[in-house]
Amino acid sequence: MSDTERTPLLEVRDLRVEFPTRRGTLVAVNGVSFDIKEGEVLGVVGESGAGKSLTGSAVIGLLEPPGRIAAGEVRLKGRRIDNLPYREMRRVRGREIGMVFQDPLTSLNPLYTVGRQLVETILTHRDVSEETARKQAIDLLAEVGIPAPERRIDQYPHQFSGGMRQRVVIALALCVNPKLVIADEPTTALDVSIQAQIIKLLKRMCKEHGAAVMLITHDMGVIAETADRVAVMYAGRIAEIGPVRDVVQNAKHPYTHGLMGSIPMIGHDTDRLTQIEGSMPRLTEIPQGCAFNPRCPHAFDRCRSERPELIPVDDTRVACWLFDEGAKKAAE
Amino acid sequence: MFAFVIQRLFQAILVMLVVAFVSFSLFQFVGDPVNNMVGQDATEEQREALRERLGLNDSIPVQFMNFVGNAAQFQFGLSYRLGVPVEDIIAQRLPATIELVLVSAIIALAVGVPMGVYTGLNRNSPISKLFLTVSLIGISLPTFLIGILLILIFGVWLSWLPTFGRGGTIDFGWWETSFLTVQGWRSLILPSITLALFQLTLIMRLVRAEMLEVLRTDYVKFARARGLSNRAINFGHALKNTLVPVITIIGLQIGSLLAFSIITETVFAWPGMGLLIIQAIQFADIPVMSSYLVLIALFFVIINLIVDLLYYVVDPRLRVERGGGGH
Repeated sequence: MSDTERTPLLEVRDLRVEFPTRRGTLVAVNGVSFDIKEGEVLGVVGESGAGKSLTGSAVIGLLEPPGRIAAGEVRLKGRRIDNLPYREMRRVRGREIGMVFQDPLTSLNPLYTVGRQLVETILTHRDVSEETARKQAIDLLAEVGIPAPERRIDQYPHQFSGGMRQRVVIALALCVNPKLVIADEPTTALDVSIQAQIIKLLKRMCKEHGAAVMLITHDMGVIAETADRVAVMYAGRIAEIGPVRDVVQNAKHPYTHGLMGSIPMIGHDTDRLTQIEGSMPRLTEIPQGCAFNPRCPHAFDRCRSERPELIPVDDTRVACWLFDEGAKKAAE
Repeated sequence: MFAFVIQRLFQAILVMLVVAFVSFSLFQFVGDPVNNMVGQDATEEQREALRERLGLNDSIPVQFMNFVGNAAQFQFGLSYRLGVPVEDIIAQRLPATIELVLVSAIIALAVGVPMGVYTGLNRNSPISKLFLTVSLIGISLPTFLIGILLILIFGVWLSWLPTFGRGGTIDFGWWETSFLTVQGWRSLILPSITLALFQLTLIMRLVRAEMLEVLRTDYVKFARARGLSNRAINFGHALKNTLVPVITIIGLQIGSLLAFSIITETVFAWPGMGLLIIQAIQFADIPVMSSYLVLIALFFVIINLIVDLLYYVVDPRLRVERGGGGH
């Protein structure tokens, strides 16, 4: 046990994802490093285009060409998986890393019953009879809260509602007990009334099946409720990473601060939600220095010329010059 | 399911009635057939007798009823040109066309679908690019040119294959088949390839485009994320989802192969329906033309019915909507 405590379940080191284009190479994810411990829920937040989904796809090895991992490494239980040949990576997918996609309406093949899709996945990874697989599938459907699973298993995806389909998708992602589930905006496409249910279900299922979660979302509220730790991404880099309590209640990076200010909270006496001026830079025109500097209310000279690395502050790490002790001293 | 078939059959009958009416009208517009049939010095009494015998003196609705009644029993009257019953001529010609179309459809499918899947999966491989380039030629060269080129190469230069006619045929009841003799098969090769080439390239390009589309979908990504094998993903999940549009096009294409194999049949002197209709048009042989029209319409209706039933088999979404009586 002590060994697993020392080696995190997932280690991502200096991950760099590039898209070669005719007008040069776009760097969509740049120098991203983080760990996920067993059973832990890591929330990854950021605006669209921050590189959070690409980070998830890179971990499970499903970057769409021409996107590719240009540098860095991904380790699962200490074993490097970013350079595995296709055949071996296939055995990691589903069996060790599961994935839940954004849109349950399009995640399931419309031509096959949900049972067939579940059984197919179980049989791919487990050496069991078709009957056993079917029994497991029915149990899983019951577990994710689908009523009358014995009947529903032979129905087609279009006979399920959006929320029910996302339950099926979660069952599919967890059907061979992977150690890690990457959930890429699992509730974005759902009705608000169902979102909380699905998040709760995801969290419960992963806990019961002993899976850690990388929860990718742009919804800070979901993170605050679900995650153990949070990584805030901005323009392909991690701006701040730390325990959820610290990041939510005591945001250090000005960008995180801005994100927190944009969540409506009942019982707070602020009349207006704050918003961050401007928008995230496009990949082709990321500014020099800190990528956030043009929008940052606290930016000073150094931010415009030098890019900050993650600096440890208490339990969190922040990529912001405001927290650089040396700089502070120099300013005094 | 049953209600669906009944509904479709009813529609089919309606379509056939309309086609029958159109082909019946042909008789009314293209001159007086009697002039063609009797000699120049026939008397008015002889003409009148012939008119009476052909039923041309009845009122038009009665004539139409007779036409439909006879057509339903596959009786289309006497050919003006040959003076024998049209159904006998058709029975003699139809097998040649059906066999030709069948063989070329099988070639087009058996080669076109795998090529489409291959080029869809390996978009950037040199072989895919070669296939696509060649298919461009297949799509843009006219059929008669391909036919003549094939005759030139395999018939004239190499003398490998016969270039005209059906070779040896064996009677199978009224059905003359060339499937049972070697010579018959050899004669089939060039015309069926000529006829298949366009369909083949069309099917290949269609399957390729559909595969590219389907491979981008979320459910294929999700299938990959679950670690399914490539074979299960490409053939089980992706190819099956391309089937609905592919079936549609193939159905239409087989229909038009039957109807418009005229050029190929002319080039290879293939004694089929195409050759028959060309000769009939030159002679204004209305009974042959109108029965041809009815027959082709019948083929289209049957093929469409089969296509509809196949949709039903392939796509569960259609099944439920219809089963629930949601129309």
